[in-house]
Amino acid sequence: MEERRYCNPDKVYVSVKAVFYPDGGFKPTSLIWEDGCEYPIDKVTDIRRAASLKAGGTGIRYTCRISGQTIHLFLEEDRWFMERRGS
Amino acid sequence: MKERVILHSDLNNFYASVECLHRPEIRDKPVAVCGDPLLRHGIVLAKNYPAKATGIQTGEAIWQAQQKCPGLVVLPPNFGLYLRFARLAREIYASYTDQVEPFGLDEAWLDVGGSCQVFGDGREIADRIRTRIKEELGVTASVGVSYNKIFAKLGSDMKKPDATTVITSDNFRQTVWPLPAGDLLYVGRATKRKLASRGVTSIGDIALADPAGLRSLLGKWGEVLWAFANGLDCSPVVRMGEESQIKSVGNSITTPRDLKTDADVEMTFYVLSESVAERMRQHGFKCRTAQIYIRDNNLCSLGAQGKFPRPTQLAADLAAKAMTLFRAHYAWEKPVRSLGVKGTDLVAADCCEQLFLFEDEERRRKQEKIEATVDDLRHRFGHFSIQRALLLQDEKLGAINPKEDHVIHPVAFFKEGRLP
Repeated sequence: MEERRYCNPDKVYVSVKAVFYPDGGFKPTSLIWEDGCEYPIDKVTDIRRAASLKAGGTGIRYTCRISGQTIHLFLEEDRWFMERRGS
Repeated sequence: MKERVILHSDLNNFYASVECLHRPEIRDKPVAVCGDPLLRHGIVLAKNYPAKATGIQTGEAIWQAQQKCPGLVVLPPNFGLYLRFARLAREIYASYTDQVEPFGLDEAWLDVGGSCQVFGDGREIADRIRTRIKEELGVTASVGVSYNKIFAKLGSDMKKPDATTVITSDNFRQTVWPLPAGDLLYVGRATKRKLASRGVTSIGDIALADPAGLRSLLGKWGEVLWAFANGLDCSPVVRMGEESQIKSVGNSITTPRDLKTDADVEMTFYVLSESVAERMRQHGFKCRTAQIYIRDNNLCSLGAQGKFPRPTQLAADLAAKAMTLFRAHYAWEKPVRSLGVKGTDLVAADCCEQLFLFEDEERRRKQEKIEATVDDLRHRFGHFSIQRALLLQDEKLGAINPKEDHVIHPVAFFKEGRLP
């Protein structure tokens, strides 16, 4: 049964580039923010299922280092999202 | 024998919690998830704590809820999303035990006796599960821990939200017995009234009553309730994948408008029979008995059943039998609000069959092939790709899609077999 989707200004859907390994599994390598800028992911430090109260949703949460900052990138079913900061 | 360790996990205000997670802007407002009033399913299915505080009850009509709480945020249900969350919760349970028995979408029993050596005692496992549900799913659960399913369920109801309640064989007299009798599983309105007429109002009263007296009052349920109240329930938590055997296939619906004529009823019976027959074919069954269920617009209901001369999985047979039963049992004092059709007394579809001397067997085979072909067409091109001409008479009634509109089925504790 299909899910209805929600629109939430603090939930930012992003494009993600990833490497798929020959033995299965994958790792996100960079993300493209809604303004079109591409940010390379330096390191993924943690992967676990987690809910995002701010963006509203749950998914596999990738904790990533991007230019010295830590961000959370969520894979919810087949879409990637991030929490908007500071608003 | 070692005492069992049974958990009952209940996701708090499940539908409302999932909605509030996805819509941060309404989290602090009173929220109720309600069925579609246009389809006359306009009742409260779930509500959050601010809504509960205004006295709104599950099952109330939307207008009643809005009277109690003028600022109520009314949301339509998003069942696809709830199904996903229920699946994710079950994945969490499954990492502690393979004995997980779902009870509806939002509740489940777990027998964790086998994994206490690894994860700690019942309370520790319950706390871990709660933490994980909160962190991973963003909703809360209350968990009851006990040595039988009945007390575990009572425990999960005692402290909400996001809490663990332990009921042991030492403390159940203090914790469970003072609770009102109606809290016990299977004590509904009618049973509660009967019990109250004998001065039995708490679970402790049931436990201390004479089981023979309860039996004379309530039939065999009397003894079952007595055993429940004394913590003697020993029904096992079903292992995953060990779904109980299917004993009937049925479908019922509250129609988009009240039914007023035999023709309306026949149309609805055809819709329901088609979906029942399709599911019987899908699972390889024929039925020997048909049951119908009728509910009038005063919410009075009645049921009737009748046998087929031979096992069948034809929608045409089911609908015809349903109609015969309806004519025999319903006097049209009131318009009809809900109808149900069920095939019971199931046999395997490929078992031997007594042929009839004076019936056209060839025609019957053809009929079976036609219906199977219709299933196939619908599977490939959608439910409405092919329809009986009969159903085109009324846009609203003909437009019911009973198979896909019904994903969430009610469940019973003493399970008859049921189908997805």
